[in-house]
Amino acid sequence: MGNTKIVELEEVAIRFSGDSGDGMQLTGALFSDTSALFGNDISTFPDYPSEIRAPQGTIGGISGFQVQFGKSRIKTPGDFAHVLVAMNPAAVKANASFMSPGGTIFYDVDSFTQKNFDKAKLNTDDPFEECNLQDFIKVAVPITSMTREALKDLDIDNKSVLRSKNMFALGLICWVFSKPLDYIEKFINRKFAKSPIVVETNLRVLHAGWNYGLTLEHLTPRYVVHPAEIEKGTYRNINGNLATAWGLLAASQKAGLDLFIGSYPITPATEILQALADRKDLGVKSFQAEDEIAGICTAIGASFAGKLAVTTTSGPGFALKSEALGLSVMAELPLVVVNVQRGGPSTGLPTKTEQSDLLQTLYGRNGESPLVVIAASSPSDCFHFAYMAAKIALERMVPVVLLTDGFLGNGSEPWRIPKLAELASITPRIATNPEIFKPYSRDAQTLARDWAFPGMDGYQHRIGGLEKDAAGNVSHDPANHQRMTDIREAKVNKVVELVPDLEVIGDAKGDLLVVGWGGTYGYMDGAVRDLQSKGVAIGLAHFNYIKPLPANTAAVFAQFKKIVVCELNLGQFAAYLRDKMPNFHYYQYNKVQGLPFTVIELVENFEKLLEDKK
Amino acid sequence: MIDVLEYTLKDFKSENEVRWCPGCGDHAVLNAIQKAMANLGVKQEDFAVISGIGCSSRFPYYMSTYGFHTIHGRAAAVASGVKCANPRLSVWEITGDGDALAIGGNHFIHCIRRNIDLNIILFNNKIYGLTKGQYSPTSDRGAVTKTSPQGTIESPFIPGQLVLGARGTFFARCVDNNIKNSQEVYEQAANHKGTSVVEVLQNCIIFNDGIHAEISDPKMRDERQIFLKHGEPMIFGTEKNKGLMFDKAMLKVVTIGENGVTLDDILLHDVTEPYGYVHQQLIGMKLPEFPIAMGVIRAVEAPVYDQMMEQQIADVQSKSKIKSIDDLLNSGNTWVVE
Repeated sequence: MGNTKIVELEEVAIRFSGDSGDGMQLTGALFSDTSALFGNDISTFPDYPSEIRAPQGTIGGISGFQVQFGKSRIKTPGDFAHVLVAMNPAAVKANASFMSPGGTIFYDVDSFTQKNFDKAKLNTDDPFEECNLQDFIKVAVPITSMTREALKDLDIDNKSVLRSKNMFALGLICWVFSKPLDYIEKFINRKFAKSPIVVETNLRVLHAGWNYGLTLEHLTPRYVVHPAEIEKGTYRNINGNLATAWGLLAASQKAGLDLFIGSYPITPATEILQALADRKDLGVKSFQAEDEIAGICTAIGASFAGKLAVTTTSGPGFALKSEALGLSVMAELPLVVVNVQRGGPSTGLPTKTEQSDLLQTLYGRNGESPLVVIAASSPSDCFHFAYMAAKIALERMVPVVLLTDGFLGNGSEPWRIPKLAELASITPRIATNPEIFKPYSRDAQTLARDWAFPGMDGYQHRIGGLEKDAAGNVSHDPANHQRMTDIREAKVNKVVELVPDLEVIGDAKGDLLVVGWGGTYGYMDGAVRDLQSKGVAIGLAHFNYIKPLPANTAAVFAQFKKIVVCELNLGQFAAYLRDKMPNFHYYQYNKVQGLPFTVIELVENFEKLLEDKK
Repeated sequence: MIDVLEYTLKDFKSENEVRWCPGCGDHAVLNAIQKAMANLGVKQEDFAVISGIGCSSRFPYYMSTYGFHTIHGRAAAVASGVKCANPRLSVWEITGDGDALAIGGNHFIHCIRRNIDLNIILFNNKIYGLTKGQYSPTSDRGAVTKTSPQGTIESPFIPGQLVLGARGTFFARCVDNNIKNSQEVYEQAANHKGTSVVEVLQNCIIFNDGIHAEISDPKMRDERQIFLKHGEPMIFGTEKNKGLMFDKAMLKVVTIGENGVTLDDILLHDVTEPYGYVHQQLIGMKLPEFPIAMGVIRAVEAPVYDQMMEQQIADVQSKSKIKSIDDLLNSGNTWVVE
């Protein structure tokens, strides 16, 4: 141990990669939690195929989990990995282009067989050379045989032996990064409490991996990443989907209304439904519907009956909900719709991230059908924006769509736990005077109508998808339709009163304003800070409120010489801004690869834009 | 308490002018349902009437209860949400053969399968009325309509069979013009715990006039309809001398007093028969070999979705340590930064 070199790092990104059945997601998640508990700030990015078990050893079957951890604020999982753990040759090939130059690759040398080279469609027997990875530190680890050795006196089948290989890799990486094993040991003991043999197997292999690290000492440096300096408080690690579910629950309790979720399973949004189905202790009624349409329609029914109603989905499911969403606009019922965006169109890239549902959300319905659109920008702030979506829906009697994406939904980061008492008040507009109640009588200021539901005596009324007058009668009167259409639009625009002003990160005025929205925040922030540190007069305006836009949007835009709108689509927010804020010229930077931005590509693009004197 | 709930039909009529065509069967259905509701001992504010799209779906506007006129085909889903959100409500879904069995077919079967405590009133006139005369999923094979000028080339659904196939717990049938019998059926549907489906043979006077005339003709009622009552023999006819019995596992019509048949040979109606073997045959009976089965054909007990939903919540709440959102946020793996 004495001659082991210890390297202190500011931050490091590790990518665990193997067959989708190799347990890489669990390995990555356990390592991330361990790092977070140790006090590092972290950001994670699971990257997995849509097939549950694609053919073993092939590129298509590779499942990866990247985590970046560091001693300062970590806002992205990292553009490139400093360390790759590759369980087979396909994992080396699949991740070659995601490696940071000079990084370290730990690989299962037992898997480097001709059969696996063939499966990975490698032409030679040296994947490293073939993939241009000559300059990397490569550490051959006999993961499979060491795992087998550690378990040889246990009476378990070969399948179970192979299934615990991931624990060997995890133990080894914990040693390399000086992470204690106690959290992982506790997890294994709890998770497999009913099966002592599984606990024994996993713990043995985990320790074998750690111990193997000791024997490697002369070969491999050991890294230490000191704890981050972060705000005082109680923290937990949370991903975007769980944060969304919990934000809705917090709103339900704050508003004093039970939560009803009507949803249909769809990647990558399913976890929100699962998380809420598991919260009957907090009174949640979860309804797994027969399809996406029934998901939203049951939610609309629950809203009509006086609950905080929610439906969750992803792009294709959102398309199916369009007609019913129009009904909630017309009926002016509170409703929260969460769209965890993925690559499209059609089935597209179910497990990959994209921001291409923005225009569908804003405009994808028949008729003039305005609703409130907001977007979360980090895994943990999904909590806040889900909460705000519910607050706006209940106080303004309007459907609200919350846009997140696969990157936010699956990605995780440490989060300072708030107290319910700290959160903004929520006052649902429940009617209080039957003498003056009419279904479409409204608050003069906010234009929100009153909410009365079955069971409340004296408020009996009928609503529906047909145009109504203020008294709730069906009306085909031309002037009434004009008036009601104008009111529905104005009501949504008046939500701006609840929208905080846009805050510019970096310089408040200067040469370039970088504009983004939603889940790209961490990368945008990284790129802007990088350029700012090089002396560039640059600012970031990152939007969470899209309809309505923050009141000071034009004032912010006016402070910069150039504006570039960056999105994971072909320019949807840019198109929207050109419509809403036509007095500015918008440059665009767009990407549709199913992947997040990288800081490096953003920086390069911004530099080019700054050099261009046009 | 009870005297407070002495409602009459008037307590359920709205001020809105009823705009169905003069002579439309819907008028009689509205009347019978309002009478039934007045008898149920349910507070007026606890009724919710949910409809989809179609002529019959204008129904909520003619009621003074809570009502929601939703979108085409989705009434069962919206009504499911209403009932699950608040199981203390009496929730009625008003729908038609196009609304429930074509565009809304999926929601219809799944609602029945879940056994949510709704009363689904299915107005079956075998035609699309609101769009002015196209064939529906219950139009008879060969029906000539605006979209089937040479006659339809598809088999119709038989609504009761669909209900049985979806493991329905309650199915009844009535005719629009028989208000007395219909009212009884609606009351029984409302009192059944679980999804009740009532198929109303309803006449569209404009686009499919007389489609059920052979069955509904009051003069031929006793010969062509059999009113089933639980525990009573399946007899019909002007002379009350015809009945149904089994022959080689198939129903057949017999005459009491002929060929040695006595009243004891006639089948007794059992709405609770779990497998629905007899119900299936009763639902499938057609003129002229058989009378058309009317009244409650099936009413079996089964777990009710909206009640179980609340039961699961109560069970978990009695055991869980998590009582509030603050408890939840601080559960599991947390750490303190000082």
